[in-house]
Amino acid sequence: MITKRIIPCLDVKNGRVVKGVNFQGLSDVSSPVELGKYYSDNGADELVFYDITASAEGRTLFTDILREVARTIFIPLTVGGGINTLDDFDRVLKCGADKVSVNSGAIKNPNLIYEAAKRYGNQCVVLSADVKRVDGTFRVFAKGGRENTGMEAIEWIKRGVDNGAGEIVVNSIDTDGVKKGFDLEMLDKVCSAVSVPVIASGGAGKAEDFIDLFQTLPKVDAGLAASIFHFGEVKISDLKQILSQSGIPMRI
Amino acid sequence: MIAIVDYGVGNLFSLKSSFQSIGADVVVTSDKQVIESADKIVLPGVGAFEDAAKKLAESGLKEVVIEQAKKGKYLLGICLGMQLLFDKSLEYGEHKGLGLIKGEVRPIEEVIPKEYKIPHIGWNQLEFGRKKSPLFKYLREGECVYFVHSYYGANCDKSVIATTEYGASLTAAVANGNVFGCQFHPEKSGKAGLSILRAFCEMGVRK
Repeated sequence: MITKRIIPCLDVKNGRVVKGVNFQGLSDVSSPVELGKYYSDNGADELVFYDITASAEGRTLFTDILREVARTIFIPLTVGGGINTLDDFDRVLKCGADKVSVNSGAIKNPNLIYEAAKRYGNQCVVLSADVKRVDGTFRVFAKGGRENTGMEAIEWIKRGVDNGAGEIVVNSIDTDGVKKGFDLEMLDKVCSAVSVPVIASGGAGKAEDFIDLFQTLPKVDAGLAASIFHFGEVKISDLKQILSQSGIPMRI
Repeated sequence: MIAIVDYGVGNLFSLKSSFQSIGADVVVTSDKQVIESADKIVLPGVGAFEDAAKKLAESGLKEVVIEQAKKGKYLLGICLGMQLLFDKSLEYGEHKGLGLIKGEVRPIEEVIPKEYKIPHIGWNQLEFGRKKSPLFKYLREGECVYFVHSYYGANCDKSVIATTEYGASLTAAVANGNVFGCQFHPEKSGKAGLSILRAFCEMGVRK
């Protein structure tokens, strides 16, 4: 039986993991390589590295580090952040990324998904959407959630899948950081609209939130989170045990 | 020495790194002589069957791989590389494979229920059937490996050494004598995957 995936997300700036990490036993808690290995050894089903660097130097550093991560870790790697062109796809894929996540880049250039899927295959292209409720409708936000694009979210996601996105990450701005659970209403709408894997993001605060997610919405394929894993509030290995005991298929 | 055949499809960085991590002597090569002198051959592959089959033929390496396999050299096809081992594929038309595994590659949508998503992406369990292949000697039945595919090996019952359940029992790995193939990605399947690569490396080696 196919298992549900648990995916930690690491934000990398100037070659270091930011958002603070609180683990014992790591000599360098903000080294993407050490953290990646830690997660990989402790049950993560996939890793997402998000490049939040703004400068060209930072970008070069990011790709160097990515190569190092890919050399040490043998689970799927997804890379996002600063992906605006096919050259960006090429740059991170050559360093060992398996999938590339696009967000603002696809909003600026709607052909990006189509072109990338044609060249690298649908399985390689992940559409990540930051979604927020505005006057009772779901809207897509750009620039890390700061700018309302005015686009209706479900339509945007459907269009992304039609253009070749092989997976969708739905990040709810409304629940992100609140730690009161995933945005089940929003995720339900997305799951009903598309037939590709859907990854839930934003709102996880405890293990029960993941149980709720997978039991309420069996169509959701994966749960993504950052801070609760980084701060050790929830250990991935413990979380997977709990989920498995609740009858949710997990890779243990 | 293990030769990973580079015929211009996809990025072989992770695959090479995974063999290096288990201490194997590995090269990525498009050189016939290197492939001929290798102890074992790995045939990777991503993308569409037709394109990959064409590139493999154009690179002139198709014959070398077939010839070496027929001479008894151990060969491991991975993902599309496994599919290439088959007689033919029905992905967008009908295309000839290497003919090292009897059977054909068909769309999984023919056999799985509608509510199952395509591609089959994620970690899924291996089932070995009656006899466990030496490829899985370090693995317990039921362990998970990482899949990404929309087509599967069909009508190859005699060669199947593992299956996985995804609304139907899909071919996960095949073997015919010295020729092996994995539909999943061992290089992306954590410790379970590396143990498969180790078992492959150890084949035919006297301890």
